[in-house]
Amino acid sequence: MESTAGTFKENAKQALADAKLRDALAKLSDGFPVKRRDAVARLPEFDDLCDQATAIKEHVLENLGFYLEAFEARVTEAGGTVHWCRSAAEARTTILRICKQAGAKTVTKSKSMISEEIAINEHLETHDVEPVETDLGEYIIQLRHEPPSHIIAPAIHLTKDQIADTFREKHSHLDAARNLEEPETLLEEARGELRRKFIAADVGLTGANMLVAETGSIVLVTNEGNADLTYSLPKTHIAIASLEKIVPTLEDATTILRVLARSATGQDMSVYTTFCTGPKRAQDLDGPEDFHVVLLDNGRTKMLGTEFHDMLRCIRCGACLNHCPIYKAVGGHAYGWVYSGPMGAVLIPNLIGLDEAHHLPNASTLCGKCEEVCPMRIPLPRMLRSWRKKQFEQEKTSFVSRTALKAWAALARRPWLYRLAVAAPIAVLALLGREKGRFRWLPLGGGWTSLRDMPAPEGGTFISRWHKERQP
Amino acid sequence: MSETPARSISVGLFATCLVDLTRPSVGFASAKLMEDAGCRVSVPQAQSCCGQPAYNAGDNADAAAIAANVIGAFEGFDYVVAPSGSCAGMIKHHFVGLFEDDPVMAARAGALSAKTHELISFLTDVLQVDGIECAYDGTVTYHDSCSSLREMKIKDQPRALLSRVSGLSLKESEESETCCGFGGLFCVKYPDISGHMVDAKVDDILATGADTLLAGDLGCLMNIAGRLHRRGSEVRVRHIAEVIAGMTDGPAIGAPAPLDTDKDKN
Repeated sequence: MESTAGTFKENAKQALADAKLRDALAKLSDGFPVKRRDAVARLPEFDDLCDQATAIKEHVLENLGFYLEAFEARVTEAGGTVHWCRSAAEARTTILRICKQAGAKTVTKSKSMISEEIAINEHLETHDVEPVETDLGEYIIQLRHEPPSHIIAPAIHLTKDQIADTFREKHSHLDAARNLEEPETLLEEARGELRRKFIAADVGLTGANMLVAETGSIVLVTNEGNADLTYSLPKTHIAIASLEKIVPTLEDATTILRVLARSATGQDMSVYTTFCTGPKRAQDLDGPEDFHVVLLDNGRTKMLGTEFHDMLRCIRCGACLNHCPIYKAVGGHAYGWVYSGPMGAVLIPNLIGLDEAHHLPNASTLCGKCEEVCPMRIPLPRMLRSWRKKQFEQEKTSFVSRTALKAWAALARRPWLYRLAVAAPIAVLALLGREKGRFRWLPLGGGWTSLRDMPAPEGGTFISRWHKERQP
Repeated sequence: MSETPARSISVGLFATCLVDLTRPSVGFASAKLMEDAGCRVSVPQAQSCCGQPAYNAGDNADAAAIAANVIGAFEGFDYVVAPSGSCAGMIKHHFVGLFEDDPVMAARAGALSAKTHELISFLTDVLQVDGIECAYDGTVTYHDSCSSLREMKIKDQPRALLSRVSGLSLKESEESETCCGFGGLFCVKYPDISGHMVDAKVDDILATGADTLLAGDLGCLMNIAGRLHRRGSEVRVRHIAEVIAGMTDGPAIGAPAPLDTDKDKN
């Protein structure tokens, strides 16, 4: 998708002024974080499981080539095909080619962030293949021509009323006077619309929460069962996954599953967990005849061994988004590209470049909540700082801010000079602010005083007063 | 204080730039608390800032130069204590990484890290202070600053001390662990988002009905006090050290100085 990350500041301003978005995001605070907290409290070994899951992914990243080749061998043995794609463009071409070979007119899709990353829907549409999103949230935003605003809850930016309006507009063949008050009614309507699409689809395109090297299986996790209809009904199943989704064994996959849903939605397990291995065998009653796995690099291997290496452990649970005060303030669309929240602020500059995404690593207070809830122990604040360091070293921060910082640092590095320089301004501010105790406005202080008063200094600096009192 | 000053622990008080420049009373309160517990408190003149503004802006070279100053000024003390989780966290957790290519400085930074503490946890966890003799008439709510909570693991310590203050009742807020939106330069770089966050924080504080907000970090306190005042709130804002040291005669943060002291001005 086309990035709007470069205008993050403006995006955020609009998001903060959007009353409907505020209503929608308000639900996030009482939802996932509370459920996660309760789920973690119910499982005393949760922390140990996180350590184990982290170790599994770290081991995989150190032996990535070995496990990916083993995975490919098992997929091939099972009768499937693995396609190695370096870039988004290669993945798009590969998927379109498979669709064309299958004579596909309609492709059903279950939720996949990688498919968003490579913008497959637009590509298929321009080549006369209709992609149909089957995850309810994805279906809603596809109708609205919007990108997802959250990696596990793509339509979380919408209220129920907005969804009802969208259904009325897009499902124009249905009775205009129908009642769409209840979420269940909306769900039923989407289900009715999608049923026909499921049956008509020629290709099913899914993501994969994990790839299992031991068996050549892909793991699909959903709450709606839509992935199961997506992969099992059409003749061809394409699974697309970035290559760091690999785990060595089924045992390892289950360890990660135990932390995934708990971190994401606070469920002990998602409602549907499916392991797909190869195409339909002779004795199977159903399943696809062709099974393809599109393995995407798209910048991942370049992150290996760098300061962003740990990001490759991410299992896309969304806990860092759900707990991030910045995400909860501005929502996912403000970040301007496929991903959002703390994981997005680290990952997006890796994928689309730091120039375009320059705001994202800076738009954080480094409060550390994301790292606290990350089940894969990813040091997100440290990596946000790493991006800031790169920006500073490459002189990509603004001239004014660099100059101001350098001027301040030149004083701070020389405490004696610093003491001389601060004394007079502090004395003046203390005198001016004495009566009210605070300022409503300060020269050059608009960033602060547009919304807050500035408390006036008490007068004198602590260090000078201390030494005056103690060493008269 | 309950501790007898038999031992003589030397403490270098790292005042922090915000306390130094805007609220010296927090520095005096910090010194009093540690002296009452038997420490010899020194305030080296060769201190300015912990370097965090540079560090968080990606300017590691300046941050390292500032860190080297701090190390030189403070490594001679038994302990280094700052009335801020954020600045103590910077010294404790981030200085070492600034000297990746300098093993000698990295070792000195590591040694300093090991003896650096945030004030409140130093009082409770190191000095084992458990009784304090002071009073505060008010209902207080406590904001857990991000660095204190998550970097320095401070949660129960301030509450334990506040429970010993006579006349003080503590009313916890729902979101005491949520960031106030200060974030150093973040609050001026992204004022809209920061403003939204501090507004949510103020709503959360007002919902408790408390008449006083306390915290252990002056950055958060100035941010929250500034927004409380802009919204016309009368909630008093103080650093926790002022309350547990019994030094609350002066005006609260952002409150006017009493008029009757005007004649003493000169």
